[in-house]
Formats: sequence, C-alpha cells, structure tokens
Amino acid sequence: MDFTRRETLALGGAAALTFVLPFRANAATTEELVNEFTGGADIADAGVELTAPEIAENGNTVPITVSAPGASAIMVLATGNPTPPVATFNFGPLAASHEASTRIRLAGTQDVVAIAQLEDGSFARSAKNVKVTIGGCGG
Amino acid sequence: MKYKTMTAVAALVLSAPVAFAGGADDDTLAIDGQEMVTKTTAPAHMEGTGIDTIMSGWHFREDDTQSMQADTFDNPGMIFVDQAIDSWNTVEGAAEKSCSSCHEGPESMEGVRAVYPKWNEEAGEVRTLAMQINDCRETQMEAEPYKYDSAPMAAMEALISVQSRGMTVDVAIDGPVADTWEQGKELYYTRTGQLELSCANCHEDNYGNYIRADHLSQGQVNGFPTYRLKNAKLNTAHGRFKGCVRDTRAETYAPGSPEFVALELYVASRGNGLSVEAPAVRN
Amino acid sequence: MASGVKPRVKVPSSASAGEAVAIKTLISHPMESGQRKDSDGNTIPRSIINRFTCDYNGENVIDVTMEPAISTNPYFEFEATVPEAGEFQFTWYDDDGSVYEEAKAVSV
Repeated sequence: MDFTRRETLALGGAAALTFVLPFRANAATTEELVNEFTGGADIADAGVELTAPEIAENGNTVPITVSAPGASAIMVLATGNPTPPVATFNFGPLAASHEASTRIRLAGTQDVVAIAQLEDGSFARSAKNVKVTIGGCGG
Repeated sequence: MKYKTMTAVAALVLSAPVAFAGGADDDTLAIDGQEMVTKTTAPAHMEGTGIDTIMSGWHFREDDTQSMQADTFDNPGMIFVDQAIDSWNTVEGAAEKSCSSCHEGPESMEGVRAVYPKWNEEAGEVRTLAMQINDCRETQMEAEPYKYDSAPMAAMEALISVQSRGMTVDVAIDGPVADTWEQGKELYYTRTGQLELSCANCHEDNYGNYIRADHLSQGQVNGFPTYRLKNAKLNTAHGRFKGCVRDTRAETYAPGSPEFVALELYVASRGNGLSVEAPAVRN
Repeated sequence: MASGVKPRVKVPSSASAGEAVAIKTLISHPMESGQRKDSDGNTIPRSIINRFTCDYNGENVIDVTMEPAISTNPYFEFEATVPEAGEFQFTWYDDDGSVYEEAKAVSV
C-alpha cells in the first residue's frame, strides 16, 4: 500500500490527535475536580498557602505543606500526574491549625494546586510549579 | 590532565566559604539534636588522592532530603528499624533462638557498626556486618540465612547500625585485613564497563559535579543501609555498589561476593573519622 | 492486608489543657498506585491506604482522603488541640478493607 505525502501527513495528524486527546481529557479532569469541590463558585487568589520545593530531588517523595486559616477543607491536585487527585484534608473541631504536611508523588515537572474552602464558605486557590529532576544514576 | 583540572575546580568550589551550586553545602547535621561529624580531615591513607576533607553524602543532597534525616521520626528508614526490632526478638531456626537469646536488647550492638567490616580471627576472614548477621543465623540459630541484600537483611543492618549512630567510623586497615584492603583499593581504581569508569572517576575526581541531574558525592558508606527516595526502601552498600557498577555498563559482582566485601572495607575506611549516620536518607 | 504494615505516631505524652500539640504519623505501606506495570507488561492493581483519620476522645482532628499520589510509607504532620486528658485515636483505611489503628494517651 502506497501513501502520498499528503495522505501520510493526514494520517500522522490523526495519530497525533489520538495521542493528544488523553492529555486534554486529563486537563479537563483537574477542572472537573475543582468544580466538584467548589460547586462552580468563584475562587480567590488569597487565603491558602502551598509550600513545595522549587526543585524536587526525586519525584517519588516530594514534601508539601498546605495552610489556610479557618478552612474546613483543603484539596491538593497534581495537575501533571496521570490522575491529578493527591489528597483532601478535612479539618475537625479539634484541629489546632488548618495546616498539614505530607509527601507526594509527582510524575514530572508540573503545577501543584491547593484549593481551600474557607470559614465563610468561599474558596481560595494557590499553585506552585515544582521541577522534578531525573538523575543519571539509576543504581 | 583533564581529571586533575576537574579536581582542582571541585577543590576551589569546595574551599569557597559560600556553597556554590554544584559544591557540597556548609550545613550541619544534628539528628534529634545530636551533632554528626559530616566533614572532617581525610584519614592518612588517603594522602595523594586529592581529597583533604572527607564528606558525608548528606552534604550533596537538597535541603528537603537533608531535613528528613535530621529527625528520627521524619526518617522513613526508621520504619524498617522498627520492623527489625520484631525480628530481633523472634525465635527462628532449629536452635530455637532469637537474636535476643544471646545478645539481649539491640542496644548491646552499640559500637559494632563503627568498626565493620572487620577481621574475624576464628573464621580467618574479613566479615561485613551482613556476613556476621548470617553467621549468627546459621551457626547460632540454625536458621536460614537472609539473602545478602534483601529487605530483612537491610532492616537488621539498620537496627544494629543505628545503635552506633553518631559514633566515629574507625575501620582497621592493617594487620590481617591488609591484603583484603589492598584488593578493595585496587577495585576502587579499576575502570569497568563500556563507559570505562572506576569508583574514583566519579567519587574522587568529580564529587560536587553533576552527572546529568545527579549530584555526585564522595561515595561514603557511613550512612548505609540508607533509605532512598527513589525506591522508598533501605538500600545496602553492596546493593548500591551493584547499581554503580551496572551504570558503568559492566557485568557486576554479586552482593556478598569477595570483591564487594573487599570494596566495602576499602570504601568504609575512606570514611574513618565521619559519624555513623545509618539509616541515612538519600535521593 | 499489605504485609508488615506498621504505624508510627509521635505525640507528646503530656500537655496543658487547651494546648496545641504537633503530631506526626508514618505508616509502612507500598501505596501501589495502579499506574505501574510488572515485567510482563500487566498493570499492577492499585492497592493503597485511601483514608486517614485522627480523633481525640471521639472528636475529630483531621480526616484525610488519600489518593495514589501519596508517597510510599505515608507521612502526615498536623496540629491538634488537647482540651482535657484523654486519648488520640489514629486510623488508616486500606483499599482491601484492612484497618490499621494506633492510640496514644495524653495527660494534662
């Protein structure tokens, strides 16, 4: 079977689309997750703090801290992971601060996002870009 | 010539008061408040290597990785120490003994890690900690030996090593171990694999430099067994040697082989003067 | 049940009434993400701890929904208010239905 140059290009384009689509679907998932969490409400830029390293030495174990005074819940998303959800922290009546730390997996360099539901029911968002290095020594 | 220049550059960077990107940092490590010696004068036998100051691999890691080691609770390697405490007290084998039957608590192992590998007079051989653990299992407990670089072995090594944390590494290199030590030294400087790299090419000539995105350390083993973020478990020194040699694209020696035992003795002796840090946290 | 699961918890043994105390927890667990493949190319099924809770005398401190992006050997650090003498209860819920528990008493 012979392909003309044009046909080959068209095929290539179709193939590229098939590969791109899952990532588009992924991006939508992040948005969907945020919408699900906020119910589509507006999100402010201030009110939640996300601490994460600029450069993570290994994507397997990246320390992060989220903090949002008065928040009832903070959701963390890794937008570049195959599945973006990381964790949702729900604070109970005996939480002394609305802050928590954990260690997470990042599949590569990407934005980590924290969305908090604040005391008055409004939402706040914070994002941080984390560069993940891949070492030369697999040993 | 090329390597000499690189060493000179590394030395310049290292001697500067401010830690440049690429060099070892100037932080200090205290584990639960106990200060560790992570930089000190190189032992006399390292004269001529170009290394005046020996440094723990801790100095070559990012701050977040470093701080994980500073608190015993934050150190994920301690999970395996806990597991090994259970093993320590578990009766195994035909002799119906546990480690504690002969040694009581693990704290009786204080000081052991600092002097291993060492000569065993009765057996007439240099023994690593892992060899000694397996000798106890086979001879005293009449139990199955652990696989040399297995998870239970790494955990038991970590439990024994942590009893010596903060003590000074002081491995003997003369007397009956001298031949083995010389063999280890020769291996350290022998290029292997398609990449034709020796231990020294990376860890003596180029520590402080980057190999792709990896920050090369001096290849000290005072923190082994060490918890690596990469595989989220304890890694033995021989497991690491194997990984390094494989990365030179060579057929590697086996963990527990006479070659790696000799290499461990030599590499451990290059850390004489540093604190035992095991279980350390590395990338 | 994942084998050898072992919880570790760090809590001060005493506090004054109303004091905020720092809590750290660590549990050994592979947190198999469901994204990895074995040497034959078959997907290794997901097996994680999906929820962690901390309560004090029956009242909630924190309740965490956990996803596969939480690292192996999950670690948490947070602060709790200790209103009176009592006991912290820590619970981890595994995908396979196992529940791992730990308790720590605090005197006031």
